[in-house]
Amino acid sequence: MTGNADLLIDVHGLNKSFGAKHVVRDLSLQVKRGEIYGFLGPNGSGKTTSIRMLCGLLRPDSGSGTCLGYDVITQTLEIKHHAGYMTQRFSLYEDLSIRENMDFVARMYGMKNRRAAVEASLEKLGLAERRDQLAGTLSGGWKQRLALAACMLHEPKLLLLDEPTAGVDPKARRDFWEELHALAASGISVLVSTHYMDEAERCHQLAYISYGTLLTRGTAHEVVAKQHLVTYLVSGADLYALAAHLKTLPGVKQVVVFGATLHVTGEDAARLNESMAALQKNGDYRVSLAEPSLEDVFIHLMDHAAEPFT
Amino acid sequence: MKRFSWSRFWGIAMKEFTQMRRDRLTFGMIVGIPVIQLILFGFAINSDPKHLPTALLSADNSQFARSIVSGLENSGYFHIVEHIAAQSEAEQLLAEGEVQFVVTIPENFSRKLLRGERPVLLLEADASDPAATSNALSALAVLSKTVLMRDLRGSLQQLAGAPDPIDIRIHRRYNPEGITQYNIVPGLTGVILTMTMILMTGLAMTRERERGTMESLLATPARPIEVMTGKIIPYIMVGLIQITIILLLARFLFEVPLLGNVFLLYGGVLLFIAANLMLGITFSTLARNQLQAMQMTFFFFLPSILLSGFMFPFRGMPRWAQAIGEALPLTHFLRMVRGILLKGNGLVEMLPHVWPIGLFMLAVLLLALKLYRETLD
Ligand SMILES: Nc1ncnc2c1ncn2[C@@H]1O[C@H](COP(=O)(O)OP(=O)(O)OP(=O)(O)O)[C@@H](O)[C@H]1O
Ligand SMILES: [Mg+2]
Repeated sequence: MTGNADLLIDVHGLNKSFGAKHVVRDLSLQVKRGEIYGFLGPNGSGKTTSIRMLCGLLRPDSGSGTCLGYDVITQTLEIKHHAGYMTQRFSLYEDLSIRENMDFVARMYGMKNRRAAVEASLEKLGLAERRDQLAGTLSGGWKQRLALAACMLHEPKLLLLDEPTAGVDPKARRDFWEELHALAASGISVLVSTHYMDEAERCHQLAYISYGTLLTRGTAHEVVAKQHLVTYLVSGADLYALAAHLKTLPGVKQVVVFGATLHVTGEDAARLNESMAALQKNGDYRVSLAEPSLEDVFIHLMDHAAEPFT
Repeated sequence: MKRFSWSRFWGIAMKEFTQMRRDRLTFGMIVGIPVIQLILFGFAINSDPKHLPTALLSADNSQFARSIVSGLENSGYFHIVEHIAAQSEAEQLLAEGEVQFVVTIPENFSRKLLRGERPVLLLEADASDPAATSNALSALAVLSKTVLMRDLRGSLQQLAGAPDPIDIRIHRRYNPEGITQYNIVPGLTGVILTMTMILMTGLAMTRERERGTMESLLATPARPIEVMTGKIIPYIMVGLIQITIILLLARFLFEVPLLGNVFLLYGGVLLFIAANLMLGITFSTLARNQLQAMQMTFFFFLPSILLSGFMFPFRGMPRWAQAIGEALPLTHFLRMVRGILLKGNGLVEMLPHVWPIGLFMLAVLLLALKLYRETLD
């Protein structure tokens, strides 16, 4: 073991290019034991590429570090043994049954108590009755759940989950996150990429990546606080016309519709306060100051990160 | 941790078995290809064509010449369709495939015969399709004796008793070795195995890549050697099923002799199958998609057919072609199987053909291990 024993992921300066496209830039990431680390960022920002570098599926062009205490460049085989990776796209065998897929995975990890472990996992997943159904005939959400069960079968110490709950129904997602927290409590670390804000809020730590560059990290609260944004909630009649109008006001950076409410966000608190005060005075709108949500922050990051890199 | 794991090896082999079982088309191909090919080729080969068009160029109108001509026709194999007057006509008729044979009875045929000078009876055969001519040619050999026996009586009796009263010269045109049907069935065995084995494993890795399952597979600790050997196991079984079908058909439908030891034959076949499967896996690691794997298979398949001695007699090829041929497993397989089937060769005679196949396999395995990409780059 090298490095800090309590950091299950500890990488510095990872870079990856595909041809002329620099997809991941100087990525540094530290994930502690027992931590659920959320990995966020817009489409094509390099989340999947980063995760693949961590589990030895892609070789970084430069950079160094350890994963589970093993070198990410030279000891990928050891990492594969102890990490569980769930791919973004379903990558189990569609022409094998559920049980056959699980059985295959168990064999790949050379599990001793293979049969029992597969049975237990199928029971827990609630797929025991459908064990002989071909994986390809499962619905999208069930495929996700099967893939998740498969990558946790060998009881890895580190889970790398690439959008594990995409297309999964709310109850199953809640169950899934409860389980993740139970696993974390038992000392397992999880790096999970997601586009869901409620999931991001459930993570111990967050990292936001855009155009291959890690822009911000910390707890959800820290991430919000760091951006120094001010958000007002505005509601009233004819929301869409109102939104268009708000965008023209001084100090307003973004206007996002949340159901019947508009989130009006800006960086310049003084000017935004002024605009909002004026709005409140001359119209029959309800205006109130609020804590910016993670989503407001991410949309802000998304809009403003593009500039330096394109 | 870096050691070969039997658990993973079996896991992969079982998975491939299951997938193969579920893939009806592939399964049908496994049985269908040898049966269809062998029957198609086999019947074309095995048929005993008669009444083959023959041109006669006779410069002698004696009783003996007439006896020979009627003897030819009575044998059932030769059917005189043209009487020609010049050699140039003979050339043209053969080249155009109008006739299968040209029989030339030279001037002074009967005079020479009577003097005991063994006149020449020239038979030119279009042997480009050897199966078509081989039976006719063997019929001709006995012809001279039986036909002339009747004519040579009295004082001529002594001529009939001579080793051979006439000198039958056969010119096999276009195919000097005159490969027979027995040569082709063992050859077909090798060709069918080459094609199906390389193609099926050639698709093995590219399929994983195209379906996206490669990412999961690579994320497991499976080693390249485990994946590759595990993947070829089911196809070895396929190869053995195919060879059994072929041998049964060859034996009972086409009556190809099996003089040597069956176990020895299967041993040789097993090695050949493994070598081809290794090559298929190598193609598979090289190719980006299934189409590329298919193209590589055919790129290898053509020289195998053309330069192994299956299509053309090996000794008739130029040196460079022979050199390429020597490197191909099919070449050695053909020699080995022909030796076992037709000559009853044993282990000792077989060995010179075994090691080149083994060497080929080893080289390909090393290449595959080197090329195997353990990452998605
Ligand atoms: N094998 C590859 N070859 C070339 N370009 C690639 C390859 N893999 C990824 N990319 C590019 O790298 C960039 C980052 O892709 P990546 O899949 O890591 O994004 P992501 O953050 O996971 O996006 P999403 O949220 O859509 O899953 C994209 O522009 C993509 O086109
Ligand atoms: Mg992704």
